Amino acid sequence: MSDKTTPPRGLSRPGKWARGAAGVAVLFLASEALGRAGIVDRSFLPPASSVTARAVELFGDSDFLSNVRVTLTAWALGLAIAVAIAVPLGLLLGSVPAVNTAVRAIVEFLRPIPSVALIPLAGLILGSGLNMEVPLIVYACCWPILFNTMYGLHDVDPLAKETLRSFGFNRMQVLIRVSLRSAAPFIATGVRLSASVALILAVGTEILSGFGDGLGMFIAQAGTVPEGTRDVLAGTVWAGCIGLIIDTVLVQAENRAFRWHLAQRSGAS
Amino acid sequence: MERPQTEKAKEMLQITGLTHSYADGHRAIDGLDLTVPDGQLLSIVGPSGCGKSTLLRCIAGLLRPTSGTLTLNGAPINGVPDDLAVVFQDYSRSLFPWLTVRDNVALPLRRRGMSRKERRAAAQEALASVGLPDAGRKYPWQLSGGMQQRVSIARALAYRPSLLLMDEPFGSVDAQTREDLEDLVLQVHRTQKITILLVTHDIDESVYVGDRVVVLNRSPARVHADLPVGLPSGRDQIETRGLPQFVQLRAEVGRLVRGGAKVPGAAPASGGRG
Repeated sequence: MSDKTTPPRGLSRPGKWARGAAGVAVLFLASEALGRAGIVDRSFLPPASSVTARAVELFGDSDFLSNVRVTLTAWALGLAIAVAIAVPLGLLLGSVPAVNTAVRAIVEFLRPIPSVALIPLAGLILGSGLNMEVPLIVYACCWPILFNTMYGLHDVDPLAKETLRSFGFNRMQVLIRVSLRSAAPFIATGVRLSASVALILAVGTEILSGFGDGLGMFIAQAGTVPEGTRDVLAGTVWAGCIGLIIDTVLVQAENRAFRWHLAQRSGAS
Repeated sequence: MERPQTEKAKEMLQITGLTHSYADGHRAIDGLDLTVPDGQLLSIVGPSGCGKSTLLRCIAGLLRPTSGTLTLNGAPINGVPDDLAVVFQDYSRSLFPWLTVRDNVALPLRRRGMSRKERRAAAQEALASVGLPDAGRKYPWQLSGGMQQRVSIARALAYRPSLLLMDEPFGSVDAQTREDLEDLVLQVHRTQKITILLVTHDIDESVYVGDRVVVLNRSPARVHADLPVGLPSGRDQIETRGLPQFVQLRAEVGRLVRGGAKVPGAAPASGGRG
């Protein structure tokens, strides 16, 4: 907080990009060499160029794209519902100590259960497709958002609340206009964490549920076909790219929306 | 200020037997009586931690007193009064960093039932009145400390309170800025004709700014002394501070703050010069 002119830490932006690209290139070449050298069977580990070519080819495959659309729909729906549930719940738990104490035990019991462990149960009760995917995603995504909301509320400056209160705003108005706004950067981080969790759950559920549509289904089915490794890996590349794009977009959006938060954190005041 | 401050002057704020104890049993205020006439600029000084801020929070309706009564404009203070605004010491925490300067100033006006356009116009006007006509689109953290405190003052003024409370408002700025802000408060008091209650631990400031200085006891707070400030109203940082009257009064207040005995003949809580 004390140093006003933050010294540039590490590399410049282009420098970072160059290093990142170099890392990708090395991995790509290594995998290419490994695939072509014949150390492992080509049908088990196809060279990187072949996987990449297949991944690009899938871009024009309407069946595959509709699978991706199914996965993304489940992702978006699950994440949106999770936000709609976890943010108000976090506000309630974070601002009313009595409710927090009452709910604590349930939360502490549910939280350690890995969401993936619930897939068979969800399959039994909810069948397949969105009906089952979305509730699982919602369940898994609620936690990071809920905890970050509560953490963010805990961090709200009491003087900021008192200021608005001194202008006659009531508790609810202070909660929305100060606490929620002040906690928003923390909530956004929770949403970003949940966005990754949601993608893992969406693809994972599809892979494990055994039937239906989706990117996970595409990967699972490719795995049952001889010579299918190339499709499995191409599908995985897609999943990775989607995850990367989502994360990048959310990070950028956070930086843009919460410039005030960064400015404060770096002690610009 | 040449205001008639006789016993018949309208009372803005009346505090009787105010006592406040915190939950841990610490008694911050003990049976405090204070009357502030309409239009006065009252300085309240006292040693650090004497309960000044607690007093101010009780007046603002942010703390419920343990006992005693407070009335503002004749109505008992029960919850946060409508025609009152507070300027806190810590401007960087009191201004909302996610809002622009103009939106910070305009936000409390929602309570006044004004349209968005009216709120913005009022905010702009208030910013101009504190010498920041061009800062509206900036964010508070892009401004210097003194400018941020000006924004806090503009926010309070835009709200058009009849009583303005200031809790050590210049405790976190450098000396030069402090003097500028003191003059701003004097100017605001002169032009807007509002009652101002300025809490400070700075003895010079209490005398320079005030029409009247109330000295509080060491905790628990009670009125220790109540002095009229007979300085000419057109105050000047260099000239006024050089006046023999100023020097004498400052020494007197300083002695009282350090726990000295009351001056013989000093008026009790009714104050004024009448």
